[in-house]
Amino acid sequence: MSATPEVADQNRSTSQLIGNLNYVSITADRTSLSAELGEFWRYRELLYFLVWRDVKVRYKQTLLGAAWAVLQPLLTMAVFSLFFGKLAGVSSEGLPYPLFTLAALVPWTLFASGLIQASNSLVASQDLVKKIYFPRVLVPLASLLSGVVDFVVASIFLMAMAYWYGVTLRAQLAWIAPLTLLTLVAASGAGLMFAALNVRYRDIQQVIPYLVQIWLFASPVAYSGHMLPRKWQFVYAINPMVGVVEGFRWAILGSPIALSTTSISILAALIMLMIGIAYFRSAESEFADIV
Amino acid sequence: MRSPAIICEHLNKRYRIGRLHNDFPTLRDSLAETARQVVARLRGPHEPRQSNIVWALRDVSLEIGQGETVGIIGNNGTGKSTLLRILSRITRPSSGSASIHGRVAALLDVGTGFHPELTGRENIFLNGVILGMSRSDIARKFDEIVAFAEVERFLDTPVKHYSSGMHLRLAFAIAAHLEPEILLIDEILAVGDAGFQRKCLGKMNDVARQGRTVLFVSHNLGTVQSLCRRGVMIREGRVAADGKTSDTVAEYLRTLEEVSSASIANRVDRSGKGLMTLIELQVSTGDANPSKVLATGRPARFACKVDRYRPGASCAFDIYDQLGQPVTYFDSSMSSAEDVAMMGNGSREFVCELDQLLLIPGRYHINAGVTWNGELQDFVEGAIFMDVEQGALNGRPVPRETGYGAVCMPHRWLTPGL
Repeated sequence: MSATPEVADQNRSTSQLIGNLNYVSITADRTSLSAELGEFWRYRELLYFLVWRDVKVRYKQTLLGAAWAVLQPLLTMAVFSLFFGKLAGVSSEGLPYPLFTLAALVPWTLFASGLIQASNSLVASQDLVKKIYFPRVLVPLASLLSGVVDFVVASIFLMAMAYWYGVTLRAQLAWIAPLTLLTLVAASGAGLMFAALNVRYRDIQQVIPYLVQIWLFASPVAYSGHMLPRKWQFVYAINPMVGVVEGFRWAILGSPIALSTTSISILAALIMLMIGIAYFRSAESEFADIV
Repeated sequence: MRSPAIICEHLNKRYRIGRLHNDFPTLRDSLAETARQVVARLRGPHEPRQSNIVWALRDVSLEIGQGETVGIIGNNGTGKSTLLRILSRITRPSSGSASIHGRVAALLDVGTGFHPELTGRENIFLNGVILGMSRSDIARKFDEIVAFAEVERFLDTPVKHYSSGMHLRLAFAIAAHLEPEILLIDEILAVGDAGFQRKCLGKMNDVARQGRTVLFVSHNLGTVQSLCRRGVMIREGRVAADGKTSDTVAEYLRTLEEVSSASIANRVDRSGKGLMTLIELQVSTGDANPSKVLATGRPARFACKVDRYRPGASCAFDIYDQLGQPVTYFDSSMSSAEDVAMMGNGSREFVCELDQLLLIPGRYHINAGVTWNGELQDFVEGAIFMDVEQGALNGRPVPRETGYGAVCMPHRWLTPGL
């Protein structure tokens, strides 16, 4: 097949389409990972706009608007404080229970809402998937990233509350950034997997809310993970949110943290991400046909 | 030979279909179907049975040169759109390959990705980026897009408050300002008001004249002929004709006529929801001596029989000339005081009566459809082919094919006297 570089050159006008190379080959085979990464990079502006759209649209025509970003974790905090803190007397590592649980609820909300939104994203954007070409991974990723804005708002509120409770914020606070990244890695691993599954089996839509609920109680959000017997700590830490939540409590409130369990959580999150990406890529070519 | 813009080599695409023709599945049917599907899923999704396979494209090879404008025609469900979806990389071929030399923009729909809550301004950027423009590109062409769409006053209004016409104009305006080297378009001109359609066609003509390559899928044979030099006909997933547009259109009409010799009820090349179907279309002179052969100036009667009639349904049909250009249409949903509802006799027929047939002599065909509940239920292209014989209009003879249109009108001349 003859490539025609001279044609490609003469047509490189001022107008640039971000998506398409000047030469495209279409075959039945799956494209290589490196080619896909290249596509992903070329489409970064679309990712930005999809996030921008989700952020912009989320609180349109709501009464309270962006206050929901704070209200959601805050309301859950109130419920947990009443039932677990007061009535059940769950230990909070010597910290005020509301602060103890809010420090976990802020990253948890990022994870849970990101996971839910990402899982539904491809089905919700089926018009786009059926009519336009772009790297499909942008859709779940954009819905995940749009949660970061809410997360930042909620985090600021969390710091303010910690300060109000008399907690001295330390330099280890800077670890929140990598911990947020870890949350996103865990959420995108599961989110990509469920988004792809949801295209084929809409049952996933029914399963996700339960899964998230169970996941919440499998993470040390309402209680302290240190309550568990020592020998179970390592199994427990396979849940990446264990590392995230304990990391957040350590960074903001100075709670104890074990490097071993954190490492297991990081490793588990990375493996989840790899599995998510692998499954997504294997299912991707069918999306437009079956969604 | 021009250097190629698009090369397709032995493209195949097969789809697995779960169910065909599930008009009114009973609960028992659904349960049985569910059970069957569960079993099928347990067996693994990757081994489709042969009977479940539909070949949307079979061994399609095409070469399209830089700057060519190619129209793709064919019946519904023959694979035209699948070809476009493959070339725009929305879906992959099952086998075969294609290569594209140049930046591609594919318009398979207008306004994909519009968000109703966002304003016109915001949607221009969002939709532009979705279609593949860069943000700086959009910013540069922003004023042009707004002017083309004629929505200046509503730029900061959420598009959910737009009329459907405004919505469409804005969507097309964005698409029209993409500057790809290769443009793939599917049927989008079928929508919108006539004035705007003309504007869009003009814009597309410009695109074609600037030496860009255009691949245009359409049902509108008239548009295809005016826009494209080359026509490709796809039939049952294969390239059935490829050549000058007029030749391809003629070939298409010939095969359509072949198909239309079968009874309408038995035809499979139809579209629509299928809750109601057309079973017969009869054309007659409808006067005291009914005859199947129509003639200019005589009365005409079009009787459309439907199956599973639903109250409130309407019937519409269009008449096309031998070049496939639309001539006129009739729609029962546009009512007049002269209309009569045939109550109580159990009639399942829509009858359209004309006192005078104003078509000039020649060969015509009719596309017919029924609509119910705002949705097209059944649509058959080339439902019938008919000849209009020479006749007279108010005593004035009407000659055959003058080359000046397909209709005649009753008229009188006032000529200079002695």
